[in-house]
Amino acid sequence: MSSPLSTPGGRKRGRTTNPSTPSSEGPTSPPFQRRRGQDSSTGDLMPMPTSPPTDVLSPAAPLDNSLFSSPRPSVPPNEVDMSSPLMYGTPMRGTPARQRPDLGSVSKAPQVDLQSEPPSADGAVASEANAGQRHRKIFPLSLFIDPSSSEDENTGLDLNEPLYMQKLEEISVVGDPVLNVNCLHVQSFDAELYRQLICYPQEVIPTFDMAVNELFFERFPDSILEYQIQVRPYNALKTRNMRNLNPEDIDQLITISGMVIRTSQLIPEMQEAFFQCQVCAFSTRVEVDRGRIAEPAVCRHCNTTHSLALVHNRSLFSDKQMIKIQESPDDMPAGQTPHTTVVYAHNDLVDKVQPGDRINITGVYRAVPMRANPRQSNVKSVYKTHIDVIHFRKTDEKRLHGLDDAEQKLFTEERVQTLKELAAKPDVYERLASALAPSIYEHEDIKKGILLQLFGGTRKDFSQTGRGNFRADVNILLCGDPGTSKSQLLQYVFNLVPRGQYTSGKGSSAVGLTAYVMKDPETRQLVLQTGALVLSDNGICCIDEFDKMSDSTRSVLHEVMEQQTLSIAKAGIICQLNARTSVLAAANPIESQWNPKKTTIENIQLPHTLLSRFDLIFLMLDPQDEAYDRRLAHHLVSLYYQSEEQLEEEFLDMAMLRDYIAYARTYINPKLSEEASQALIEAYVDMRKIGSGRGMVSAYPRQLESLIRLAEAHSKVRFSEKVETIDVEEAKRLHREALKQSATDPRTGFVDISILTTGMSATARKRREEVAQALKKVIQAKGKTPAMKYHTLLEDLRRQSETAITKEMFDEALRALSDEDYLTVTGKTVRLLA
Amino acid sequence: MPSTDDWLNNPLGVVEGMFAASQNTPNSGWAAKAVAFFKDRLKEKDAHTWVPSLNDVPLHYLKPNSLVKFRCFIQDMFDPEFYMGTYEAVDPSTKAKVLRCGKYKDVTECGVDFNSRSTMTAERHTFYCVPIPGESPWVKEGYAGSSQARVVPSTSYAPTRQKRSYEEDDDDMDTDTQPQKQREPHTGPHSPTEPHGNGDCKRREKEAPSSQAASASHLDLNFPLPGEKGPSCLLKVYEEWDGFKLNEAVEVFGILSVSPALSALADEDASSSLLDPAGGMETAEEQRVHSPPASLVPRLHMLHAKPLPHNNPLLPAAGLEDNNSAFLSSTLREMAAVRAELLAYFTHVLLGDALAAEYLILHLVSNVYTRRDVLPLGKFTLNLSGCPAVASFTERFYQIIQQLVPSSYYLGMTLQNMNQMRLVPKKDYVANRLLSGALQLATNTSLFLDESQLEQGQLDTTGVRNVTALGNLISWQKVDYDFSYHQMEFPCNINVLIASEGRSLLPSDCQIHLQSQVAPPDLEAYLGGIQVHPQASQLNKFRMYLSVARQLDYSIADEVTKSVEDDFVDMRKDDPQSISAEDLHRMLVVARLLSLSLGQTSLSRDSWLRAKHVEMLRRSRMEQNKIWLRALLYLCHSKVDALGEPRLGEAGHLDHGALDLGKGGNHSAAVAVGGRRAEAALHL
Repeated sequence: MSSPLSTPGGRKRGRTTNPSTPSSEGPTSPPFQRRRGQDSSTGDLMPMPTSPPTDVLSPAAPLDNSLFSSPRPSVPPNEVDMSSPLMYGTPMRGTPARQRPDLGSVSKAPQVDLQSEPPSADGAVASEANAGQRHRKIFPLSLFIDPSSSEDENTGLDLNEPLYMQKLEEISVVGDPVLNVNCLHVQSFDAELYRQLICYPQEVIPTFDMAVNELFFERFPDSILEYQIQVRPYNALKTRNMRNLNPEDIDQLITISGMVIRTSQLIPEMQEAFFQCQVCAFSTRVEVDRGRIAEPAVCRHCNTTHSLALVHNRSLFSDKQMIKIQESPDDMPAGQTPHTTVVYAHNDLVDKVQPGDRINITGVYRAVPMRANPRQSNVKSVYKTHIDVIHFRKTDEKRLHGLDDAEQKLFTEERVQTLKELAAKPDVYERLASALAPSIYEHEDIKKGILLQLFGGTRKDFSQTGRGNFRADVNILLCGDPGTSKSQLLQYVFNLVPRGQYTSGKGSSAVGLTAYVMKDPETRQLVLQTGALVLSDNGICCIDEFDKMSDSTRSVLHEVMEQQTLSIAKAGIICQLNARTSVLAAANPIESQWNPKKTTIENIQLPHTLLSRFDLIFLMLDPQDEAYDRRLAHHLVSLYYQSEEQLEEEFLDMAMLRDYIAYARTYINPKLSEEASQALIEAYVDMRKIGSGRGMVSAYPRQLESLIRLAEAHSKVRFSEKVETIDVEEAKRLHREALKQSATDPRTGFVDISILTTGMSATARKRREEVAQALKKVIQAKGKTPAMKYHTLLEDLRRQSETAITKEMFDEALRALSDEDYLTVTGKTVRLLA
Repeated sequence: MPSTDDWLNNPLGVVEGMFAASQNTPNSGWAAKAVAFFKDRLKEKDAHTWVPSLNDVPLHYLKPNSLVKFRCFIQDMFDPEFYMGTYEAVDPSTKAKVLRCGKYKDVTECGVDFNSRSTMTAERHTFYCVPIPGESPWVKEGYAGSSQARVVPSTSYAPTRQKRSYEEDDDDMDTDTQPQKQREPHTGPHSPTEPHGNGDCKRREKEAPSSQAASASHLDLNFPLPGEKGPSCLLKVYEEWDGFKLNEAVEVFGILSVSPALSALADEDASSSLLDPAGGMETAEEQRVHSPPASLVPRLHMLHAKPLPHNNPLLPAAGLEDNNSAFLSSTLREMAAVRAELLAYFTHVLLGDALAAEYLILHLVSNVYTRRDVLPLGKFTLNLSGCPAVASFTERFYQIIQQLVPSSYYLGMTLQNMNQMRLVPKKDYVANRLLSGALQLATNTSLFLDESQLEQGQLDTTGVRNVTALGNLISWQKVDYDFSYHQMEFPCNINVLIASEGRSLLPSDCQIHLQSQVAPPDLEAYLGGIQVHPQASQLNKFRMYLSVARQLDYSIADEVTKSVEDDFVDMRKDDPQSISAEDLHRMLVVARLLSLSLGQTSLSRDSWLRAKHVEMLRRSRMEQNKIWLRALLYLCHSKVDALGEPRLGEAGHLDHGALDLGKGGNHSAAVAVGGRRAEAALHL
């Protein structure tokens, strides 16, 4: 029912013995939904004023009919027979019923003196009795089996047994008297009951409570609970988005998602006041009624007037907390600010959530008129709205454990169909690649690489064998001349993926990337604040100006990029956070222009330990060729004169691409086929072979892993559950392409993977060895001189050697010798050891 | 005109009449009719000029519950609120129950029956609006001058001032009769741009805020820019609220509500919430922000709103649509001529540098006209380097720009400013509002960054964040608002001009080094002379020109496309290093802006060549600059090498000569001299 107050002479008025209850004020909900129930009972309504445009009442109307078309409309409650649920002889044996402040003023289950209720055909009672009728049907619900259930709440339950009976059993064991009921189950079980639950939660949920308690104590007569079981429905699919809340939702059961932004301190709310007479010490208790306590004017015992005083510490209080939630950023239309809603949590739901949590809230939406002031005749015409929460569900909790399917996007049938059609096209890979950042010209292979990164490999769990999680995310490094739209590509990816982070290496510190511990100024609690890498868990972390990052910052990336975790040991907090993020980084060459005579490592000056963690390293260079120039020019010019629509036709739009990726990421988990594994083995062996002839290694197991990931990602692009040879072929091609660009030894022209894995090509290493040996010879030739001047030594070496010796080479040789403990270098002198 | 007075002075009466008339016919859709009625009235010729504007009439001269307009900027959006759309109240005289309409009102009438079944709840949204940030004085005056509203000091405004002292009251008594007198000279073709002629206007403006300023000291009105004045208001929107966006400039027509009961109620709430913590779900801060005293922040119940495509009072308000083709064609014809005049003026301002003046025009007519995925197209951030170190140059330069563009903001990039200012808006969860920042600006605002103010020193965290925010603004035309748990991206369209001595540390689309034709000793005197204003009529022409050029449509024909492509390929063929994709991007933008600045709506071969030429000139100047710098570097090296040599003094003396030449703008000579002498020094 819309509001208890709109039902004059309702049950509660009968129940409260005090007639002096103020009738017009108090936290009642506005009677917006007045038509429900009342129309049928009172035919004397004056012609309705026309509703304002926002006031769409029509959906409510058929509901009325359905409600009253149920078998026994408006049962006069006095005639309630023994079959009525309200009449169950309660075998609850003293287990106290706990008040449900979350359901507003109907605080106790309606078993209290039903007889005092005046006979009324009023809608509220009718619906309640109705719901009571219906509640027997909950028994079948107790037999509800949901074999398809995959919810985390049901872990450990046998899916083929009645779900809620198992839950009751759990309650009897654990002793936590809360039963969470999925509204979807109710709906699939009885749509009518579901509708009533949604529309009249205040009346229906207490009947649920009763029925469940009935059942529970029948089954487990010996169990002892702190208080009676409370039913907490959740997942009411009424409203998903805070923005869609409107006056129609008042007093209905709703579920919305949002993020907690503020929680208040605990507010003790009086539930029952204890009064004692100052004269005769007679005590009396008064329950709170609609937020007010009616002070008894006369002592019933000694008939003294105004002698009763409130005794605070014998009154009953319940916990209450105000929580503010804000729309989650994904739900918002562009260009608007997020809305916030006030939520009240009661009793054990207090302190269940912290600011920053993303939660789904199920509760009753309330609107309360501004407090009227007796001294003022006119009042503000605005209501305060809030939600009395019944059930919290954290959406990000699961992210700590594994994949988050909570954010699984629900695709409509048609959308899935279009996606599948697209996937069936033979050139889907090329299409998607060209749809990626259409404003950036060419670089097809780079786009393909990024596309595969967006899809990612299949997640594998080897924790049984002690290896832990296997990295499924592809990391890509782009390096190249400034002004080759690397940043733009990064920005695009960042905007495309739902959970992306964009940072610049220049501006971010290790702390900003990982996590830090902060003392909350209000609560003095230590709070773990997560940085970009953790925030982009299951997403992509775009790091621009990777080369400008400080060494200490870069060092945290080591763990993230292979183990995909982040270890924190700070201020007494030791933990390991998941950071299963793909890294897309961009780096500029150290000399601002790419020097083709140098290796990748020398050009970007990044430690090879880090470089080897990138699956693909692309060079974005400016190709100098006329045909390319022409196409580029055409592309750019068309960017400036083509209208928006023309471009839309040419490319898939971003939303489509996003959906496609989201679908593939959630539903497609390809496995290697036999042929594919053979092809992979072959490919790896081939790669090893290339270099072996010249004493160079051109592949390491890490490269094999990369190949597997890429192949898997490619089969995801095709929506294929099996990795096939073509996937391996493409992975091989792309990998080779990237290697050709980044791991070619400029001195020899061969691909040498050790450039990336050890930071130095094999030839360079060989040469260093030679110089060191030559230097050693020079020193030995000098005979017994314990110390030499740096300069003279260099001169000597230069004179002896047939090739030109640079200072760097000399330094390297010195370092090599000092590593052998042959000599030490202090300032400008070189001392021999031993 | 009794009818005019009626809908102007008592719009609520009109609404209520319609409401009452609809009572007997269900589904009459009276609400839509009421909105349509006002829309029609406002469409009538000049009708909107009869509506007094909150922008230029002090609040206490406006009659409560009358129709007013407000040219404003949506700074924040509050949560939606539910109100009593219809309610039943007891008439105190007849004791009969009457059905009332709660729309367009803040407070209900007496004796509301909360239990009535006729009560209907409806939804409305509240936006917090401030005057357009950085609006130039000439715009304000221009709008004020075109207004024909007859503001009669309201007889019922006394209650709104209940908090003020008697002396102030007396003052106001004296001035009460003034507004009518003041308004007289403004009606008609009075030039609003006359620099000193508007003494009374200024005085009036001063008057309004001064009374507010005193009370505003304890209440932050949350203006994006520091030092802003003017009324802010809470806009109540009853329909189609989804169409409004944050940072949008709109002109709102609505019913002014300054009921003192509102503030009284707020006070009550504040005090009662102390007693009853459970009842007051709002904190004191929130209370203060969301229901400030109505005398300070009036409520405006929207009847009609239209987005402002521009805020230039000299242009037809509707923008450049088809119905204004006559206006458009006449302006287009004149554009080339006006451009020449403007170019001459800018050349004069920019110390005789015609090329820089050319680029300045291009910059001022630039506009982000579309976005391709993340890439904003059409932006043209200009970095004017080589600004003379004479302190007042950049300030004067800004003043000149301010006179020409409708809204602008000068941000001196001092270390202190960068470290302390809030540039990026931030959500304040305690007060539940968006704390504004200097980068929360309306579309097409000119942001003038004065980097010459930056000195050596340390940027702290805020400083780094601010610089990053500026960089993002320039590169992507977006600002990431800080919502503390996450960031939210708001696209914007702001023309950024960076004045610096050397190359700016911020990115820019185009850098041009100012080449002064004025000898350094005369600079002071020259700068003193610049400040002379051009003729008012000329100034108006410039203003109109810039606003029109910015709004024109633009296209490229296929054959021109072809030749542009050919050009690019040819240029690359000669020297691939000379031109990159980025350069082509820039040249296309330059060509676009150049065409628009000449009033051509499509790219012609001529304009393309001209754009190419201009770019070449600029690049060669950059190159020269580079060579010159290289020569200097060379000199420095030679100086170092010369250390210990007997001729040290001479080497040091040599580069001074080259430096002087370079500063004087004579780079080639400087290079020649520097290079030759450096070489000579080497061989000493």
